[in-house]
Amino acid sequence: MEASRMTSDPPPQQRGFDNGETPRKKRGVPEGLWIQCESCKSTVYRKQVEQNLYLCPDCSHHFIVPGRVRIQQLLDEDSFEEWFDNLTSKDPLGFVDSKPYKDRLVAEQKKTGLKDACIAGRGYMRGRPLVFALTDSSFIMGSMGSVVGEMLTRSVEEATRLKLPLVIVSGSGGGARMHEGILSLMQMGKVSAALGRYQSAGGLFISVLTNPTMGGVAASFASLGDITLAEPKALVGFAGPRVVRATCKIALPAGFQTSEFLLEHGFVDRIVPRPELRTEISRLIDYCGV
Amino acid sequence: MKPQYVLPFERPIVELEEQLSKLESQPGPTPTTLESIRNMRVEIAKLKRDVFENLNPWETVQVARHQDRPQARDYIELICDEFIELHGDRAFGDDRAINAGFAKIDDCKVLFIGQHKGRNLKERNECLYGCAHPEGYRKALLKMQLAAKFNLPIVCLIDTPGAYPGIGAEERGQAYAIAVNLREMSQLPVPIVCIVIGEGGSGGALGLGIGDYVGILQFAYYSVISPEGCAGIMWKSVEFASKAAHALKFTGPDLLKFGVVDEVIPEPLGAAHRDHRAMASTLKATIVRNLRSLETLSAESLLERRYQKFRRIGEFEETLVSGAS
Ligand SMILES: [Zn+2]
Repeated sequence: MEASRMTSDPPPQQRGFDNGETPRKKRGVPEGLWIQCESCKSTVYRKQVEQNLYLCPDCSHHFIVPGRVRIQQLLDEDSFEEWFDNLTSKDPLGFVDSKPYKDRLVAEQKKTGLKDACIAGRGYMRGRPLVFALTDSSFIMGSMGSVVGEMLTRSVEEATRLKLPLVIVSGSGGGARMHEGILSLMQMGKVSAALGRYQSAGGLFISVLTNPTMGGVAASFASLGDITLAEPKALVGFAGPRVVRATCKIALPAGFQTSEFLLEHGFVDRIVPRPELRTEISRLIDYCGV
Repeated sequence: MKPQYVLPFERPIVELEEQLSKLESQPGPTPTTLESIRNMRVEIAKLKRDVFENLNPWETVQVARHQDRPQARDYIELICDEFIELHGDRAFGDDRAINAGFAKIDDCKVLFIGQHKGRNLKERNECLYGCAHPEGYRKALLKMQLAAKFNLPIVCLIDTPGAYPGIGAEERGQAYAIAVNLREMSQLPVPIVCIVIGEGGSGGALGLGIGDYVGILQFAYYSVISPEGCAGIMWKSVEFASKAAHALKFTGPDLLKFGVVDEVIPEPLGAAHRDHRAMASTLKATIVRNLRSLETLSAESLLERRYQKFRRIGEFEETLVSGAS
């Protein structure tokens, strides 16, 4: 979806820290019985996509996966023990744009069934115990405010204490959450510092980049994996493509800021299609012997 | 110093200053003239105080971006007795938006790092208005690791609209370079003093901003996004930049309240651009004071203190029930 969007006309909207750009339309699999794949334009049966790991049955385009489904896809059945689900965002700035941030939070909670853009906890992957967290791009673009920063930091600290491998799947088009201002920016430092301690203590952090991972999330924990994996054709970068185009005043190269672009430039270890993620991560954990 | 560039709300001050200099240049002043000169000086001082004590956040941004505002290289010249510049990231190039080198401040030997926006067109073209590429962040980290190896404290002056948003920057890993700096700066076992001297533009500022002491000058700002960027997203037009500047709460007093900065460093009457020397002297005193107090800490307690400083930041609700261990 993102790849085709970037070579065609991008939406006129920027989001979050350093304007990580994300599409205006509703994310994930659109509503309705039948949906059109953004990549191959086939009309496909919605249920079939959902039963197929949220992949297009015709072209394997990777649709965005809701966080809870991602956990079912990756972790052993019923093995996930959720942590820190008692944290909720406040409104430290008293921020109001088209609606007050407080109301936005309530609306997003209702829409997604999540308390904020992060789910964290511990579980098993093919029998291997690990700490697992993700950012869910359906909740305010998966952006990182105080709650996401705190949940991830606590998860890293728990992984350090329990000496467990850590997997974070990021899906954050919004980067650092603008609605919490400077506090969001500081979460980047906070999580990165915790990862520093974890990694110095011998912890294995596998970062999985999914569509989209931009701005302050890309410029902090998502880039700090001992091993960095990416799903095919995910949009990953620091500045939003629209901002880059405005700065450079030339057309962006084809495939700019995709997983493949990152692999080519040396910033990703492997591009892993969704059906293979579980096996690949498990194998990597075994190699590192943690 | 005659200002080259006058902000709208500075105009009344500049007009009075012009009248004053006319009076002062009169040959053989009468007692009445001398009296008016005295009165006018008092009036100017009062006006400066009135104007600059009541700047709104958007006006603060304009002062932070003032073309005559002292920049990193000005401070290097005014504060350091010696500066031995160290170039290059050993991987791609030498980013001019970030300057680094050994420096002497009083009797303190330090590694001095400063983001520099450029004081004239030539410098600005070299420095890209203070927007660093990944090689700038890599250079900074490389020199900081050098400093840590030889037990030298680090001083970072932050002044950038943001890290450079370009094709080359993305190709060379802007996000990765900043992320690595955040992680590594949190673990360098030497004192780090960070001061936002102008613009603290999001990740590009934070990439040099993990320190034991974080200060900000009175008319600087430190933000997750530029007011223009925020306005474009939230209200679909940069014309709402002023509104965004208010909403983002990014000036000194709010940053202090959020625990993001340790101190708001006062600027001379009428802001730093009116008196580079006075500003440099306050900045120098602040740096030296912090270096002296941080050097008494062991590496271990320094690192624990730095970790907790950032660990604490954030505001959220926590109810009792949780699946947490
Ligand atoms: Zn398709």
